[in-house]
Amino acid sequence: MKKTWTKALAVALSCMMAFALAACGGGSSAGDGKLHIGVIGPFTGGAALYGNAVKNGAELAVNEINAANADGLQIVMESQDDEHDAEKSVNAYNKLLDDGMQVLVGPTTSTPAAAVATECEKNQTFMLTPSGSSPDVTAEHGNVFQLCFSDPNQGIASADYMAENFADAKVGVIYKNDDNYSTGIFNKFKAEWEAKGKKVEAEETFTDGVTDFSAQLNSLKNAGVDLVFLPIYYDAASNILTQADKMGYAPKFFGCDGMDGILSMEGFDTSLAEGLMLLTPFTPYSEDAKSKAFTEAYQEAYGELPIQFAADAYDCVYAIYDAFNKAGLDPNADMAEICEALVGQFAGDFTASGITAEEMKWNEKGEVEKTPKVCEIQDGKYIEK
Amino acid sequence: MAERILKSVSVRALKGAKRGGQYRKEAMIAYGILIAGYILLQLGAATGIIGRNLQGQFVPICVYMALAISLNLVVGISGELSLGHAGFMAAGAFTGVVVTRVLEKSLSFAPARLIIALIAAALVAALAGFIIGIPILGLRGDYLAIVTLAFGEIIRNFMNVIYFGLNEKGHLVFSFNHAIDGIEDANRVITGPIGATGTTQIATFTGAMLLTAFTLFVVLNIKNSKQGRAIMAIRDNRIAGESIGLDVKKYKLMAFVVSAALAGMAGCMFGQNYSTLAPVKFNFNTSVLILVFVVLGGIGNIWGSMIAAALLTILPEALRQFSDYRMLTYAVVLIVVMICTYNPAIKARIGAVWSKINPFRKRSKDNSGSSGKKGKEAA
Repeated sequence: MKKTWTKALAVALSCMMAFALAACGGGSSAGDGKLHIGVIGPFTGGAALYGNAVKNGAELAVNEINAANADGLQIVMESQDDEHDAEKSVNAYNKLLDDGMQVLVGPTTSTPAAAVATECEKNQTFMLTPSGSSPDVTAEHGNVFQLCFSDPNQGIASADYMAENFADAKVGVIYKNDDNYSTGIFNKFKAEWEAKGKKVEAEETFTDGVTDFSAQLNSLKNAGVDLVFLPIYYDAASNILTQADKMGYAPKFFGCDGMDGILSMEGFDTSLAEGLMLLTPFTPYSEDAKSKAFTEAYQEAYGELPIQFAADAYDCVYAIYDAFNKAGLDPNADMAEICEALVGQFAGDFTASGITAEEMKWNEKGEVEKTPKVCEIQDGKYIEK
Repeated sequence: MAERILKSVSVRALKGAKRGGQYRKEAMIAYGILIAGYILLQLGAATGIIGRNLQGQFVPICVYMALAISLNLVVGISGELSLGHAGFMAAGAFTGVVVTRVLEKSLSFAPARLIIALIAAALVAALAGFIIGIPILGLRGDYLAIVTLAFGEIIRNFMNVIYFGLNEKGHLVFSFNHAIDGIEDANRVITGPIGATGTTQIATFTGAMLLTAFTLFVVLNIKNSKQGRAIMAIRDNRIAGESIGLDVKKYKLMAFVVSAALAGMAGCMFGQNYSTLAPVKFNFNTSVLILVFVVLGGIGNIWGSMIAAALLTILPEALRQFSDYRMLTYAVVLIVVMICTYNPAIKARIGAVWSKINPFRKRSKDNSGSSGKKGKEAA
C-alpha cells in the first residue's frame, strides 16, 4: 500500500517537473510591440513590506502610463519574489528573462541587488533599482543605476545635518551589525562625524530578531547621550522608542530612510514618534501636487499610505519611460539594444523629475544625485525641515 | 575476527554483507544519476529546451547535492543529528572567496584557482569541524543537535565581524574593524555583515558536477570501508561498539570532520557562483534545508538525498506560476512527500509514537523498492 503511494507521488512529481520545465522553455513574449519591465523584490518574508510597496508603486506608474497613451507605448510589468535572498533573486531575474523582460526595475534590497547587478551586466539588461542603496550595487557595473540615495550618502548627510543643527549634542548610535544597510550607513556616518572633530559617545549594536533594547538604551543614557542616531529599519526602531519612553529616557532620535513606515506600523503608539527626525526623499503628507496625486491614487488602489519605496519605484518606471521615449527606442528592440540606449541616456544629460526629487541626475558610478530631505514627525505627520 | 564481531554488532552492516553487491548497486545508482543528469541538462541547455531560470540553478543544485551527501555522512552513517552544516559551508565559502581574490592577479587560469580555493576551503572547514567536534562529540542525540546548531550560528556571527581587504601591493589585510585603513571600496574582499562583494564568478556547471562526484566518491568509499563499518556499528549500538574496543570518539570525529570538509568545498563552489555573498545566507534555515534534503531522501540513503536536494531546489522555482501561493504550495508538497515517503530512521529518532514500526525491515524494503522510480524523477 505504502509503495503504491510512493509510486503515485513519484509520478505526480515527475509530471510537475516536466510541466515546470516546459514552462521554463517557452514564454518569451518580447516583440509584441510592448515594453516589458520586470520587478524583483521580497513579496514574502521579513522585508515583504518593502517589496510589495515597490511592486505596487511600479504597477501604479505602469497603469497610469498605459491609460494615458492608449495608442502609444504600452508597458507590460512582470514581478517575481526574491524573499530578500541573493540566490533567489538571481533565480527570479532568470525567470523574468525567460518571460521576455527587457528592462529591470529592482531588486528592492541591497544584497540581492548587488548579485543581480552582475548578472545584468553579463546579459546586458538595463537595471534601475528603486531602493538597493548599497554602493556595491552600482560599483563597476556600467548598466546599473540607483534611484535612491546610497547608504554612504545617507550617513554623510545625517552627519552634516546633525553637525549643523545639533552642534553641541552628545551623539550615540544604535545600529544593527549583521545588516548591510545599517552597517553601511553607520560606518560612513562615524567617519564623517569624526572627520568633523566630534566623537560618537556610545556605539551600541544588535542583531536580527532582538526585541529588547534596554541594555543598549541604558548604556546610551549613562553616557549622557541626548541625540540618538538610528540607521535601522522601523520595526526595531519602534521597540527602541517604546522602551526608551518606558525608562523615562527622552533624547532626540534621528533615523534614515529605513525609518519610513513607522507611523503606519500596527500596534505602535505613534505619539512616541513625535519629534523623531528622519531622512526621506518622499513624504505622503507633502503639499506638492504630484506627490499628492500619487498618494491619493495609491491609497485608492491599495488602501494604505504609500511609503518611499513605492514612490521610488513609481519614479523608476517614469524615469525609464521618459528615457525610453527620449532615446526614440522601438519596444520590439532586443534587451541589449535597449540597454545600450538607456545607458546612453542615464549616463548622459538626461534628468528625471518625479515625486522623490526634481531634476534627478546620475553620476558616472550610476548613483543618483539628489538631496535627502530631513523631516520631523509632528502631530503624526512628516514636516519637512 | 574483529571484522566479524563488528558485523555482528551492526544489524544493518550484517544485512549489507548478506546482500553482497549492495555497495556496487548504490554506487551505480548514485553515479548514474549524476551522469544522466549532467548529460540531460547539458543537452537541454544546448538545445534551448531548458530556460535561463533552470540553467541558473545548475550550480546551486550540484552544491546542494554535495551538501546533502556530506551531511548524510553525519546524520545517516554516523547517526548524529547535526544542525550546523551551513556554518561549515560558510567557512568554506568565505575562505574560497579570499583565496580566489588573492590569486586573481597572479593566477589567471580560473580552474586552477578554483581547485586551490576548494582545497583551502576544505582545510579550513575541516579545522572548524575538528575544533567543534572535539568538545561536542561526547554529547549524544538531542544535546548534540542543539550544540551543533549553536556552533553553526557562532561561525556565521564570526563572519559578521571579520573584514578582509587587499592593499595596494595586493597583500591581504585582515581586521576586526570595519575601517581597514587605506583600503578602497573596490579592494574590499569581505566586509562583515555585507559579506563578500565583487567576486569574479568562476564556478561552472561541469566544475560543480565534478565536485559532487568527488563528494560522492569520498562518502561512498568511507561508508564501505573498515572505518565506515565501525562508524555504523557505533551508530547502531554504541555500548556494543565500545565493548569490542572501538574508539567511539575517534570514529565519530572522523565522520564529522570529513563531512565538514566536504561541506566547506561545496560552500566554496557556492560562493564562486555569485558576485556577492552575505553571511546571513548561512543561517539556521540553510542548515535545516540541507537536513530536509537528507531526511526526505532517506537518512543514510545517499542517492535519495541527492534526488531530494535537486528536487527541492528546483521546486520553489518551478512553482513561481503560483505567485503568492508559491511557498504555501511548496510547504504542502513537502508535507505530502514527507508523509508518503517517510523514513523509519528519523521516526525512530522522533520518538516512541512512531517506534512501533520496525525500522530495519522497512528500511531494506525502501532501498530496493522504489529505486527505479526515483531515478526517473531525477532525470
